[in-house]
Amino acid sequence: MASVSEAKSLVLDRITHRFASGTMAVSDINLDVKGGEIIALLGPSGCGKTTLLRIIAGFIGQSEGRVIIGNDVVDALPPNRRAVGIVFQNYALFPHLSISENVGYGLAARGVDKATRNKEAQRLLDMVQLGPFGERLPRQLSGGQQQRVALARALAIKPSILLLDEPFAALDKNLRLDMQIEVKRLQRMAGTTTLIVTHDQEEALSMADRVAVLSHGHLEQFGTPSEIYDQPQTLFVNTFVGTANRVTGTVIATDADDVKVALDAGGEIIARAPKPVRASDKVIVCLRPEHLTFVSDDSGFAGEIGMALPLGATVVHEIKAKDGSSIKISQARTGGTPLREAGTPVRVAPLAPGLATVFPQ
Amino acid sequence: MKSATTASATAPGDVTSFSLGLALPLGVVFAIFFVLPLAQLFYLSLHNDTAATVWGLGQYIKFLSDPFSLAVLGSTLLLGAEVTLACLVLGYPIAWLYQRSGSRVQTLIIMIVLLPLLTSVVVRTFAWIVILGRQGIINSVLQSLGLIGTPLRMIYTQGGLIAALAQVQMPLMVLPLITAIGRIDPNLADASASLGAGSWRTFVKVMLPLSMPGIIAGCTLTYAAAITAFITQSLIGGGQMLFMPMYLYQQASTLQNWPFAAAISIIFLFAVLAIVALFSMLGRRARGYGDAR
Repeated sequence: MASVSEAKSLVLDRITHRFASGTMAVSDINLDVKGGEIIALLGPSGCGKTTLLRIIAGFIGQSEGRVIIGNDVVDALPPNRRAVGIVFQNYALFPHLSISENVGYGLAARGVDKATRNKEAQRLLDMVQLGPFGERLPRQLSGGQQQRVALARALAIKPSILLLDEPFAALDKNLRLDMQIEVKRLQRMAGTTTLIVTHDQEEALSMADRVAVLSHGHLEQFGTPSEIYDQPQTLFVNTFVGTANRVTGTVIATDADDVKVALDAGGEIIARAPKPVRASDKVIVCLRPEHLTFVSDDSGFAGEIGMALPLGATVVHEIKAKDGSSIKISQARTGGTPLREAGTPVRVAPLAPGLATVFPQ
Repeated sequence: MKSATTASATAPGDVTSFSLGLALPLGVVFAIFFVLPLAQLFYLSLHNDTAATVWGLGQYIKFLSDPFSLAVLGSTLLLGAEVTLACLVLGYPIAWLYQRSGSRVQTLIIMIVLLPLLTSVVVRTFAWIVILGRQGIINSVLQSLGLIGTPLRMIYTQGGLIAALAQVQMPLMVLPLITAIGRIDPNLADASASLGAGSWRTFVKVMLPLSMPGIIAGCTLTYAAAITAFITQSLIGGGQMLFMPMYLYQQASTLQNWPFAAAISIIFLFAVLAIVALFSMLGRRARGYGDAR
């Protein structure tokens, strides 16, 4: 118990799960998490991320595949023998037990005597800055405080893996940022391998070392936040993470990873193709609003301003292209950034070649 | 300005008088058919002779100094405790099962639980006589299987009575339990397991304390119903076992000793009130748990 715990790795090996009704919840998920990493499972609701979390915790037995913690395959172990700590979305604190008893609950289950338990609970409560609250009941604390208790309770068992299920969803926006910093600080201190389930991309990108994007039970991409944002591998990732304008076009030439596309809106652009495409393929081109700029030469494509939206630090212009598609372009606002009037004819192009991404249609 | 003041001044008053007015019919019925007879009963119990002419506490002294009467009171309260315990032990798993079943099984469970309430007590009690009797279902099956030579004595025994009463009172236990267990956040059991607790520990440390409001409510209802179940007590218990409701009936109806019967009623009433107060005191201590989401 007292031995210094090494951060354990977590491997999901071809995890597939079908519900009793036959619905496929997750399909062929492979994840290789290094010890001490923070991983975010990101996806819209119903993408299977919570199912995956419950499989790792042992609440659901997967239909196929293996869960490996450290060097051990844990599939045969019930939840109470996996040493996986969980912070639930609604915190799930025991309402009839004091804060201190909540934190000491896992230690009591391990047969630790009361004096040691109380001391350890106090140490953890000090760590989450709730030292004086040990005698209170959960309902006497605010949401943020309850969450810190839930975190302390999960960390008390020195878990090999820490799972956080939508941990910040119930907090208001200001508190959320504070708690994200706090959780990251505590995770660094404890060095515990951590999985955060979230549908909030900002949260995933800001907190995680690596992000796994899930959609309809499939793993779309697993990579660092920069890779996810800058080099999305699928159309889903490109549109779900960050915002992207989707325009259609036809491939006219390919050269290694770069392809030249003739846009239906007119003009040609050079784009990156993570999936192979051939000449004369119909494709979807994703352009991030912040990767576009107004140009005065004849590169890019033409359109006219539909609307100008000054959003504080950025200015967003909506442009109507020739084929009727609507494209947003966002610029950092400097002293002289002019708001363009509706109806003004403009030309728009990516800031650099390769900032646009094409996907087969 | 003026109209606003008037409205705010009169509106709350209106609401109050209105709701009191609505409660009036019931209040009148209650006063005439419950409070008044109870007062009369109390008045009657304070007389030493059967004709109710001499004032005194003689009836109370007679009851409280009579070992036979005290034994009847004691066995009645004990019977209630035994029936309540049987209902709790048998009912908790049913309520537990209900919360963990699909909606079709839930409907089935509710129907089975409510079924006893849909038939008359007399019918149900006679069914138990058929089951428990000397030539009843259990005895004839066991005899035909050759397991027993002479019929077992089940009817007119404490055990048979407890079984019959427990079946009759079961809905009063199961329904509050279903409500209480349903209010417990299912994540709590998962949280307990993930912290290393086995299923027994999770049950004792989390589920049981959090279902305490339902246990208290169920026990109070079952207890009160079991000790006053005149028909079942008399028919299944038979002549050898005497409980308070029958004792009372004998004194009033057979012996025409109304003042003594009245005193028995009052003593019985206070004994039951004391038990109910004990339960609700326990309930108050457990109330914090009930807020569990």
